[in-house]
Amino acid sequence: MTQATAPSARALWRLLLVACLLAPAWVGAAPPQRIVSLVPGLTESLCALGACARLVGTDRYSNWPSEVQALPKLGGLDDAQVERIAALRPDLVLAAPSARAVQRLEALGLRVIVLHTRSHQDVRHNLLRLGAELGDEARAQQVWRQIEAQMAEAAARVPAALRGRSVYFEVESSPYAAGPTSFIGETLVQLGLNNIVPAALGPFPKLSPEFVVRAQPELVIAEARNLQDMAQRPGWAALRALQRQRLCSFPTERYEVLVRPGPRMGLAALQLADCLAAIGKDQGMDAR
Amino acid sequence: MQRRRRRLLWALAAASGVLMLAGLAAGGDGWSWAGFTQLLQGPDAGLIVGQIRAPRTLGAWLTGALLGLAGAVAQGLFRNPLADPFLLGSASGASLAVVAVLAAGTLGAQGLGPPAAGMLSRVGLVAAAFAGALGGVLLTLMLARGAQHTLRLLLAGVVVGVVLTAVSDLLTLAAPEALRGRQVFMLGSTGFLGWDSCLMLGSGLVLALPMAQRLSRTLDALVLGEDSARSLGLALPQLRLALICLLAAATGLAVSQAGLVAFVGLAAPHLVRRYAPGPHGYTLLASAAAGAVLLLAADVAARTLIAPQELPVGVLTAVFGGTYLLLLLNRQSPS
Repeated sequence: MTQATAPSARALWRLLLVACLLAPAWVGAAPPQRIVSLVPGLTESLCALGACARLVGTDRYSNWPSEVQALPKLGGLDDAQVERIAALRPDLVLAAPSARAVQRLEALGLRVIVLHTRSHQDVRHNLLRLGAELGDEARAQQVWRQIEAQMAEAAARVPAALRGRSVYFEVESSPYAAGPTSFIGETLVQLGLNNIVPAALGPFPKLSPEFVVRAQPELVIAEARNLQDMAQRPGWAALRALQRQRLCSFPTERYEVLVRPGPRMGLAALQLADCLAAIGKDQGMDAR
Repeated sequence: MQRRRRRLLWALAAASGVLMLAGLAAGGDGWSWAGFTQLLQGPDAGLIVGQIRAPRTLGAWLTGALLGLAGAVAQGLFRNPLADPFLLGSASGASLAVVAVLAAGTLGAQGLGPPAAGMLSRVGLVAAAFAGALGGVLLTLMLARGAQHTLRLLLAGVVVGVVLTAVSDLLTLAAPEALRGRQVFMLGSTGFLGWDSCLMLGSGLVLALPMAQRLSRTLDALVLGEDSARSLGLALPQLRLALICLLAAATGLAVSQAGLVAFVGLAAPHLVRRYAPGPHGYTLLASAAAGAVLLLAADVAARTLIAPQELPVGVLTAVFGGTYLLLLLNRQSPS
């Protein structure tokens, strides 16, 4: 009796194994319809690919485009609210690496895609990956081409006199700067500017305030509220960029465009180029 | 006194039962019995209640129990009511390991080399925190050259804490994106506890409680002072080392699953001793139960107070535990 059932039981196990192996392929075949994004840049990418309506929830920092503001806010990447995410029954969750939420959500059987958002290449890769997931790679290509076109247009708008000038991009007033290896730094390079931060310091190094003063950047870019009292920092009044008002100051909403690695990177470059063009016009930046 | 002790244990058991039920009923949509019964009849019951709320509730209870037990061991071992489980460097060791994993991506880009960084990020945060907590205590033991001298041990613990915290500060400077994850770890969180976490925590508690019971006589003897304990024929160096290993393992396990939940380890033994002082055999058990109730209550409150958002559970344990302890002290100080 046992001998007779053994082969059929084994066959059943094999069938089950094959089914398990093939299951991801079947699931992957249908584009996701209910998506949770835990990263603002990925939320924006998804919307740029026309899939905003498929979002059922985001992290608390995702605020663009405006329709995502009405969606359930599910905490941040590091303190994601697992129960509320699971209750939304998403068929895809987008996240960044090194978050404990990723392990927990995967253990609950949810499909999680983990994506980096550090460089231009990452953004391109993410767009194409999301395009492939949504079954619309052509649109992803088109969005990326538009970003590239905007970057090129922005670079062309930068006055010749400003090319090669040194720049300090402040991310946070402690002060943290955007280094040349960050996605912001890559945009600055495309605009023909010269970062005062050496590449070896990494993407977002914390600088000594003295370093900035001694580097004497010819242009300073920062959020408006940080720029407001920058001259009051000890010794910073000596920055010639501050004295001569060679500044790009952005209110929070427009500043967010600059610091989000996503489909608005082209727009960010245009914003920067507009500011640089205005400086060039006002001051006729010839005398160094 | 015997009756008081028994009454406290019954009260803690009853509170555990009620809070467990509350933990199953309270969730992302706040507190509502109608919502809960509706959920139970719906298709999501298995996932939401079975896979998320139940392990989270049990996990919070177990984590609290481990912290309460570790706190009672620490206070007995150092004969100091201010001792807490994080005293010997486990907290700073665990947070350093967590920050290292979180920062691995950036560090990989700068010098550390991608293979090392890749390896770091593959180690889960839980495993890293556990190893870090044990590493911190080991470093303290090495600096204090063993467990013989209480004062040297405490000082070494303080030094290790300061130095390891400074190293994590340094790492977060190099990789600011680790800051938010570090903050969440420092505030403690019960939101990521699953059945696998419960299994780890549960087996830890099942191993630690009997071991603590066996060592409780040492703690009782230590109350009389080290010389008296020695004169009773206890092999103090070995027994103290065993107690420190127990303390480190229980704390490391709790911290790796739920982060640095504040005050449970400090407050739970106090509550027990204030209400029903007794030999350590009793205090250890009751402290574990008190810690469990305290953390579970905080977890339920963290989920419901500002639902659908959530509060960090460590903030609530500090507020609950601190307030209750102050009330107790105030009530008893005139006598």
